[in-house]
Amino acid sequence: MVTTHTEYAYNSKIEGEVVISRADAVINWVRQNSVWPMPMGLACCAIELMAAGASRFDISRFGMEVMRFSPRQSDCMIVAGTVTYKIAEVVRRIYDQMAAPKWVVAMGACASTGGMYRSYSVLQGVDRVVPVDIYISGCPPRPEALLDGMMLLQKKISREPSALGLFSRRPNDPAFVGEGK
Amino acid sequence: MTLTARPKHVFIATQMTTLVDTLKQRFPFVTERVSGDYPAVNVPAANLLEFGQALRDELGFTVLSDVCGVDWDKESPRFGVFYHFYHGGKKQFLRVATLAPDDAAPAVPSLTGLWASANWHEREVFDMFGTRFVGHPNLTRILMWEAYPYHPLRKEFPLAGIETDLPSADITAETQAVVIAAPMMGGPFHARTEDKHHMSEAEPRADDESWTEHNPKPGSKG
Repeated sequence: MVTTHTEYAYNSKIEGEVVISRADAVINWVRQNSVWPMPMGLACCAIELMAAGASRFDISRFGMEVMRFSPRQSDCMIVAGTVTYKIAEVVRRIYDQMAAPKWVVAMGACASTGGMYRSYSVLQGVDRVVPVDIYISGCPPRPEALLDGMMLLQKKISREPSALGLFSRRPNDPAFVGEGK
Repeated sequence: MTLTARPKHVFIATQMTTLVDTLKQRFPFVTERVSGDYPAVNVPAANLLEFGQALRDELGFTVLSDVCGVDWDKESPRFGVFYHFYHGGKKQFLRVATLAPDDAAPAVPSLTGLWASANWHEREVFDMFGTRFVGHPNLTRILMWEAYPYHPLRKEFPLAGIETDLPSADITAETQAVVIAAPMMGGPFHARTEDKHHMSEAEPRADDESWTEHNPKPGSKG
């Protein structure tokens, strides 16, 4: 008969402060609660992104309040706004400068598909130049929609085979974190 | 405002006649231009700098608020440039139209030396229409990238755009992304030109130029 609070495998007096878990669970728990965004604000979506960072919506509830304007210090690029062909090059270069693991969120209609700009100058979806993890609909999306998308991203991060990528010697391993599909 | 104030259109009409008459007397090459709002004149490209110098220094139009390009399509001269000047003291606008004499290589004198605000405006007109501004200190594209091969607001340029390369070759090699033509589904939307009163009475109609299985891409097989 199993009783509660019976210490089968863990005796704190002998073993100290130890928690048994899977490496994936621990790594993903850390990663999904400290997603530092790289605010790629290109148009009006960036206003809603700023609102999501302010006190009313408070993105810091999810550990994402540290907006880093340096790509080398950030984990998730939030492409907020219309991506023209001229800026597409810059978006790709900044993505390349981000350290793995890294994720991309296409915020709003323009970043996702080109939106209403069916024209000679606008990239028809940022997924043509960078791999996108989460698409958020709206023109622009409200901060709630952004937060919902970021929570979806957290769920996605929680399912990644992080430990496999962490100990893989091959950086091009398909399981490599942030590059895996 | 008092009850005895003159209606606004009377005031504008008075302004128009006096200013245009002054300009016509002062400059023999100036002709009056039909205008619904501000006074407007035509000035030949060859006389533009001389006209601009006098306009700024003698007549007091110290602000150049806008420079626009026009493509008249089948007409010749085909390309024109429109300037909007403003007189701060009299609170008066003046529109000046100049046509580029050469259709193949359109060029007009640059006003950058007289009004610094002409600099970026003229670069934009050059970018969109290919009209060159002689004497401009830095006549490079301002919106599109430098290697872009077209002038997008010319009449022969399709609204959807033309397939071409991205600005940087290494990004193209990495992502396989190119500039694609993107026709609007159901569009473009515009008023019918065969209808005389199209602007006031008819709603804009759609010319469905999008490429679908029923409406194949022009020039493609099948």
